[in-house]
Amino acid sequence: MSALAAEDVPRLPRGVKVRYDEVRSRHVLLAPERAFDIDEIAAAILELVDGHTSVAAIADVLAARFEAPRDVVCADVQAMLGDLAAKRVIER
Amino acid sequence: MNDLSPRATPAVPARPEPAPPIGLLAELTHRCPLRCPYCSNPLELDRRESELDTATWMRVLSEAAAIGVLHVHLSGGEPTARADLVDLTAHCARVGLYTNLITSGIGRADAMLDALSDAGLDHVQLSLQGAHAQTADRIGGYAGGHDKKLAFARRVVELGLPLTVNAVIHRGNIDEVADMIDLAVALKAKRLEIAHTQYYGWAFVNRAALMPTRAEVERSLAIVEAARQRLEGVLVIDLVIPDYYARFPKACTGGWGRRTLNVTPTGKVLPCHAAESIPGLEFWNVRDHALGDIWRQGPAFNAFRGTDWMQEPCRSCARKEMDFGGCRCQAMALLGDAAATDPACTLSPFHGRMEDRAAGEAAAEAPSYQYRAMGGGAAAGPGGAL
Ligand code: SF4
Ligand code: SF4
Repeated sequence: MSALAAEDVPRLPRGVKVRYDEVRSRHVLLAPERAFDIDEIAAAILELVDGHTSVAAIADVLAARFEAPRDVVCADVQAMLGDLAAKRVIER
Repeated sequence: MNDLSPRATPAVPARPEPAPPIGLLAELTHRCPLRCPYCSNPLELDRRESELDTATWMRVLSEAAAIGVLHVHLSGGEPTARADLVDLTAHCARVGLYTNLITSGIGRADAMLDALSDAGLDHVQLSLQGAHAQTADRIGGYAGGHDKKLAFARRVVELGLPLTVNAVIHRGNIDEVADMIDLAVALKAKRLEIAHTQYYGWAFVNRAALMPTRAEVERSLAIVEAARQRLEGVLVIDLVIPDYYARFPKACTGGWGRRTLNVTPTGKVLPCHAAESIPGLEFWNVRDHALGDIWRQGPAFNAFRGTDWMQEPCRSCARKEMDFGGCRCQAMALLGDAAATDPACTLSPFHGRMEDRAAGEAAAEAPSYQYRAMGGGAAAGPGGAL
């Protein structure tokens, strides 16, 4: 599993989407024939994945919102998106 | 004196509430221009006049979203045979359902594709009957079908929709597995399903014409294994293994009444597409009941939910929560007892006979196909129990 670089610009390809599942009270990531449970942090990251915003810029937004150290946040974002890229759910 | 102790009234133990379903297979119609000899539709195909109308389907889809369904598989027959498919797809998008179109790519499919895409379709699964036109068109019983499918696949990719190619494998195309993989890559599919035939419906009738030998199966599995490694990051290959040659059965639909439901063209709700082959089950219809009530209380759903219905060897088996005793429809078809252990399991006392039957049929010369047809159920004899 390779992390994404800070300057990579991730995007959700068509056919992959995040939604809030009211019945199970949690976010889900939906892809062809697959559904993943995701936690709130992952959902907050994926909400910012729009095909224009870089990993670094996503980390900036989240670090400000959660008042957390920027480099820690950035490493988390890179690892999480790298994992999803390996599953071929997001593209860069 | 009133005895209020629990023992006095032997109440029926309350059933635990089932977890919400995650998937719904919407069999919108049984109509299809192709005539695949392994079609999973029942032998008695529903006619157009008896199909649910648009408003009822929309209500069912809204109810599905409300009870927790995430993926809807718009299927058939050929789902684009329904003129309202674009409206139904848009409705799914509105209520937050992920839509998967399961199509042959023939008939109205090509003409409808752009509108489906605009309506918010999420994913397309296209069936191919073979890797080459000659084989594929013979199997599907439709001249010129293969080339139309390829054109359809290209348009899917052009529109930016993710494409899965589904290939049902049997003795008539098992030598084309390697070519099928190359074709899926050339078409820029993201996924390929190499699905060895499951013997229900028309496939059960045609079993002798479809059953490959064990050697052919093993060769095809090795080809898939090598391709998976070679194509990592390019193509995901999902494999459905042929259970007549398996050691353990598949957990059919992830366990009876655990994950998915299936609505037929006329509105019957089934735990799996072949469930009507089990006599005595009572299927509720969406015309009479809310989908959530059917899921929770429908007699057919509760008939084999969980593990209480099991006999030996399943009852005391460590794998019973993994495969749920295999497939009820297969136990019914082969043994005449829907509650028996699926004979695909090596622990079933009938497994040896099942393997011998498969090997015998595969070794004999293939009979010709009984192509599917409306009203063809009576003509088609049973494929042979054990
Ligand atoms: S399996 Fe073949 S005949 Fe049956 S619905 Fe699919 S394309 Fe049509
Ligand atoms: S005995 Fe039943 S539960 Fe055990 S592996 Fe076989 S089918 Fe599954």
